Amino acid sequence: MRNDGRPIPTLEVSAAQQQIHLHTFFILQEVTATSRHYVDRLFDPDPQNVLQGVIDMKNAVIGNNKQKANLIVLGAVPRLLYLLQQSSSSLELRTECAVVLGSLAMGTENNIKSLVDCHIIPALLQGLLCSDLIFIEACLRCLRTVFISPVTPVQLLYTDPTVIPHLMSLLSRSRHTKEYITQIFAHCCKTPEHQTVLFNHSAIQNIAPLLISPSDKVRMQALKCFSVLAYENTQVSMTLVNVLVDGEQLSQVFVRMMQRDKPIEMQLTAAKCLTYMCRAGAIRTDDNCIILKTLPCLVRMCSKERLLEERVEGAETLAYLMEPDVELQRIASFTDHLVSMLADYFKYPSSVSAITDIKRLDHDLKHAHELRQAAFKLYASLGSNDEDIRKKITETENMMDRIVSGLSESSIKVRLAAVRCLHSLSRSVQQLRTSFHDHAVWKPLMKLLQNAPDEVLVMASSTLCNLLLEFSPSKEPILDSGVIELLCSLTQSDSPALRVNGIWALMNMAFQADQKVKVEIVRALGTEQLFRLLSDPDTNVLMKTLGLLRNLLSTRPHIDQIMSSHGKQIMQAVTLILEGEHSIEVKEQTLCILANIADGNTAKELIMTNDDMLQKIKYYMGHSNVKLQLAATFCISNLIWNEEDGSQERQDKLKDMGFVDILHKLTQASDPNLCDRAKTAMQQYLA
Amino acid sequence: RSDLALNEQEKDLNQRLRRLYPAVNEEETPLPRSWSPKDKFSYIGLSQNNLRVHYKGHGKTPKDAASVRATHPIPAACGVYYFEVKIISKGRDGYVKYMGIGLSAQGVNMNRLPGWDKHSYGYHGDDGHSFCSSGTGQPYGPTFTTGDVIGCCVNLINNTCFYTKNGHSLGIAFTDLPPNLYPTVGLQTPGEVVDANFGQHPFVFDIEDYMREWRTKIQAQIDRFPIGEREGEWQAMIQKMVASYLVHHSYCATAEVFAKSTDQAVHEELASIKNRQKIQKLVLSGRMGEAIETTQQLYPSLLELNPDLLFMLKVRQFIEMVNGTDSEVRCLGGRSPKSQDSYPGSPRLFNSPVHKASSSQTYQTGIGDVITDHLHFLLSPGFDSNYCNGVSSSKGHTLAHSHKSCPRTMPSPELGVLNGSRGQQTNVGAEVEMEVDHFSNGVSESSSNGFLNGSSTHGIDLEECDGDMEVDSAQSKRQLCGGSQAAIERMIQFGRELQSMSEHLRRERGKNSANKKMLKDAFSLLAYSDPWISPVGYQLDSIRREPVCSTLNSAILETHNLPKQPPLALAVGQAAQCLSLMARTGSGSCAFASVDDYLH
Repeated sequence: MRNDGRPIPTLEVSAAQQQIHLHTFFILQEVTATSRHYVDRLFDPDPQNVLQGVIDMKNAVIGNNKQKANLIVLGAVPRLLYLLQQSSSSLELRTECAVVLGSLAMGTENNIKSLVDCHIIPALLQGLLCSDLIFIEACLRCLRTVFISPVTPVQLLYTDPTVIPHLMSLLSRSRHTKEYITQIFAHCCKTPEHQTVLFNHSAIQNIAPLLISPSDKVRMQALKCFSVLAYENTQVSMTLVNVLVDGEQLSQVFVRMMQRDKPIEMQLTAAKCLTYMCRAGAIRTDDNCIILKTLPCLVRMCSKERLLEERVEGAETLAYLMEPDVELQRIASFTDHLVSMLADYFKYPSSVSAITDIKRLDHDLKHAHELRQAAFKLYASLGSNDEDIRKKITETENMMDRIVSGLSESSIKVRLAAVRCLHSLSRSVQQLRTSFHDHAVWKPLMKLLQNAPDEVLVMASSTLCNLLLEFSPSKEPILDSGVIELLCSLTQSDSPALRVNGIWALMNMAFQADQKVKVEIVRALGTEQLFRLLSDPDTNVLMKTLGLLRNLLSTRPHIDQIMSSHGKQIMQAVTLILEGEHSIEVKEQTLCILANIADGNTAKELIMTNDDMLQKIKYYMGHSNVKLQLAATFCISNLIWNEEDGSQERQDKLKDMGFVDILHKLTQASDPNLCDRAKTAMQQYLA
Repeated sequence: RSDLALNEQEKDLNQRLRRLYPAVNEEETPLPRSWSPKDKFSYIGLSQNNLRVHYKGHGKTPKDAASVRATHPIPAACGVYYFEVKIISKGRDGYVKYMGIGLSAQGVNMNRLPGWDKHSYGYHGDDGHSFCSSGTGQPYGPTFTTGDVIGCCVNLINNTCFYTKNGHSLGIAFTDLPPNLYPTVGLQTPGEVVDANFGQHPFVFDIEDYMREWRTKIQAQIDRFPIGEREGEWQAMIQKMVASYLVHHSYCATAEVFAKSTDQAVHEELASIKNRQKIQKLVLSGRMGEAIETTQQLYPSLLELNPDLLFMLKVRQFIEMVNGTDSEVRCLGGRSPKSQDSYPGSPRLFNSPVHKASSSQTYQTGIGDVITDHLHFLLSPGFDSNYCNGVSSSKGHTLAHSHKSCPRTMPSPELGVLNGSRGQQTNVGAEVEMEVDHFSNGVSESSSNGFLNGSSTHGIDLEECDGDMEVDSAQSKRQLCGGSQAAIERMIQFGRELQSMSEHLRRERGKNSANKKMLKDAFSLLAYSDPWISPVGYQLDSIRREPVCSTLNSAILETHNLPKQPPLALAVGQAAQCLSLMARTGSGSCAFASVDDYLH
């Protein structure tokens, strides 16, 4: 407390009187009081005093988060912004204001929120129109700090359409403008629209020369700009390949930035740029800069020596790079023991970290989910095409157990990645027969399907399709678990992908199934839904539904039974499809169904008594497409087959309708299959 | 034509190896360059300069396996070593394609594939397994066959090994490798053929990138080496070292300024430093007579107590007389000694030609440069050979140059500048030529008598010399003792005095082979019509003054109880020694820690 005899300000007296017992609060009051003093000085009538006040404030807030918060609470920000915008303020004062604001922004996220709420962004952007470089740099520095915070809406950069071109024009003014502006771009380019805006304002031409800047920071931020610009953007990627920096191709500049003695962040970001350019089709996957440089660089990023964040990014980028290319997958699978290196991603938090270091445990825990999902993604990508790689993956220590537990993790990201991985591995016949069954992966998968977001459902149901394949030993237990109802409900989903997967799984399930299963499918799905699916706007859904019908209508007793109960509707649906505008594949599938119906004992009559249908078959026997001719001929062949009751009558009727002439003609067909089929049919008449 | 191609390949190879393994001293530890025709099993055939290996056994059972080692083991000073093998043919059908690429120690049975025995390591093509001193392999990488290029990299820092296939790293195969392994391949199938690349061609795998990573790692390790709480001491120690270095070499002005600005005492009186500086200047400018005289004045008992040192100085004086630079003969030649002082009077600044222009100012302004340049000189491993090259290449191309730049005038320091600006490595040699030329230029037209015959009549014993006598003296442009007859006579007389001094020394102190050789070499100069281009002409080189100067300087310092070598030079020398010791004891990190890297 003061005892220097001077009159004590009232504020402090009252504070002291009221809070004398609450020590901590008292201290806060005292701090607030000194902070108040700083704010008061901003209102001094003498501009020289104001300037000195701002300078003192600058020195007081450096590194002092509490002081920053106090000043914000006491309303320093609007006053500083006012002084910054006043044209009557001296340039020096305006600059110091920008510096203090930049310092305040360096504090907590709450600070940033308060600053943004005070409309600091438009005020600073306005400041950029000034001609003084020092002032511009101070504004840019503060803008940079505000924009790179996760709490700032990046859209604020794009509200005023004149801002981006102005920033482009300021870019080359100084080392600092280069650094701050590229850093702002790198953080605020989050959507394809942002990419387009920046691209249209010549971001590439303006930023490319900065890649060879003598400043490490500028080079790094410029590189980051290119990685966010090129991400899933064909236009940008295609432009980038033709850019020359100091006579050198941009891709070669990136390759140099991946050299092993460069900072890890630089290597990783350069690898991202090349990955995005490659995925956009701007660089071939067999280009040396991908195969010999980018891929090995990303594999190195997955190594144990790297930081956890780098390992996550490395694995995700690598997964993305090689997703569509089996050769890259093969090379990656034997590069630097990648497959077993990834197993380490599952060992966080390690048992050691828990005991020795609480900070480390915290860090590990934070990244554990990210690591696991990244590893699953990379495994999924690695195993998406090659059987040997899948085998290698499933043989990695505890792999199947890890997937199984990943499927039921709390983090959606991990669950999704785990099911993607399982899906990729489920393309292997051998794995379906062995490891998948041994680890009963169907159980957590079924659980996952009960209640999950669409994203997960699509992957899970797609995996289920493979597990329901005829040779999969998991098929039986899945059937017993009430999967049919679940799949039928999927066919009613709004998402075409889910409808396809639902009906696809049912199709696989019906393949060579027991009568009981087939009846159950028809019952659970309901004919109404079945016919709704037959008019589905999605061709894939239609195809799989026809496939389901075809699988249901196999073996004579099954055909007759289903046709006796649903014959009318099925014939109607077939007619509709054959009359409608559909692809060859759809029509072929439909004709195959018809051929199956023709194979039934009693079901045959549904065709024989339908002259309209017979005319259609005749039409397709003369169609220009061999596949359709073949399917139609197959149908006729079934109808006139000798050994069955009533074959004579059917043969006569069809002969009268002119089918024999057509068959005769088809025996001369150039397609050997069609020719054989027609000959076999003709023989029925001769016997 | 193929010879030409072969030479080209040899050049490529040497260049690549030097670039990859700059720390390797090939005189001590040669690098593998081919397979050894002596160190192989009989079923192995070699061709194409011992780079191609083919199998010529039955290949029926593992007993038919055969291996070959490279000519030399991998030197530890490589840091990271790499070679590649291309599979030219996987061998005849109907056989299992056993083929192993790897490493083995000397003496490991060659009737086996690499990896099967102790101290033997291999990666096999048939199953892709790695074999670590064991008959059973571990799953390691993909299989390999015709057309594949397999690389093997040994990291001598952490003693691991990894392989590459077609330029892709397959990851660590072996750890805890023993030292001195040889590149090895083994075959077991009739018709198998493989080609090795020890650096003859560019590698498929980017090994230099991998080396970059390790260089960065090692350098970061050095940079981060903890100094601990002694940080303050650390700085003081460095300042002390710098100061003592400056004092040692008598850079008095610089030493004074440095001591003042770093707040330390100079452990020798300024006057004493200046004295030493004076003597050094005299020695380095070839004025030996004056140097000896000054030494005797300033340090009266020094030479008395060191008769061998005095003898050495006198021999040098004799050489300088032949050269025409010693003050005694110069007086006789009638030229002002001052103007002949072409030597800046300090240790040579090899890599800093700019400073030679204003040598007197250098000591005041260019502290840092002087030091590093001088360190360079101290460290320069090829010191002697550089010097020799300089002399042997003095075939007169600079002669014309010097004629143009200063016809018939005394040599001046500026000429040294012209000369020095030519480049770094050749600098030494080039400047030596110039100085030799200057003196001859100055006098070549004044008199041209062949002195050769005359000298033998003066009774100097030249019987022991059996070098080639050059009779054709007319072409010589340089002249003994500057061409003055009186000077020659004085030189001859001095030679006689030297001879008797030598005899006296032998009687007093017993035989001294070093002294004997010194004298013999010096006298041999007179056996040639043009001593400067003779096999013993190197003695005339001004660079030869430096060891003399430094020996004298050290002797003076020793009498003052000061170290005869500056601690800084000692530390630098020790670091260099340490690195070569590391190379010998198998610590590969010496490859990426060159002392030179830290002196720039």
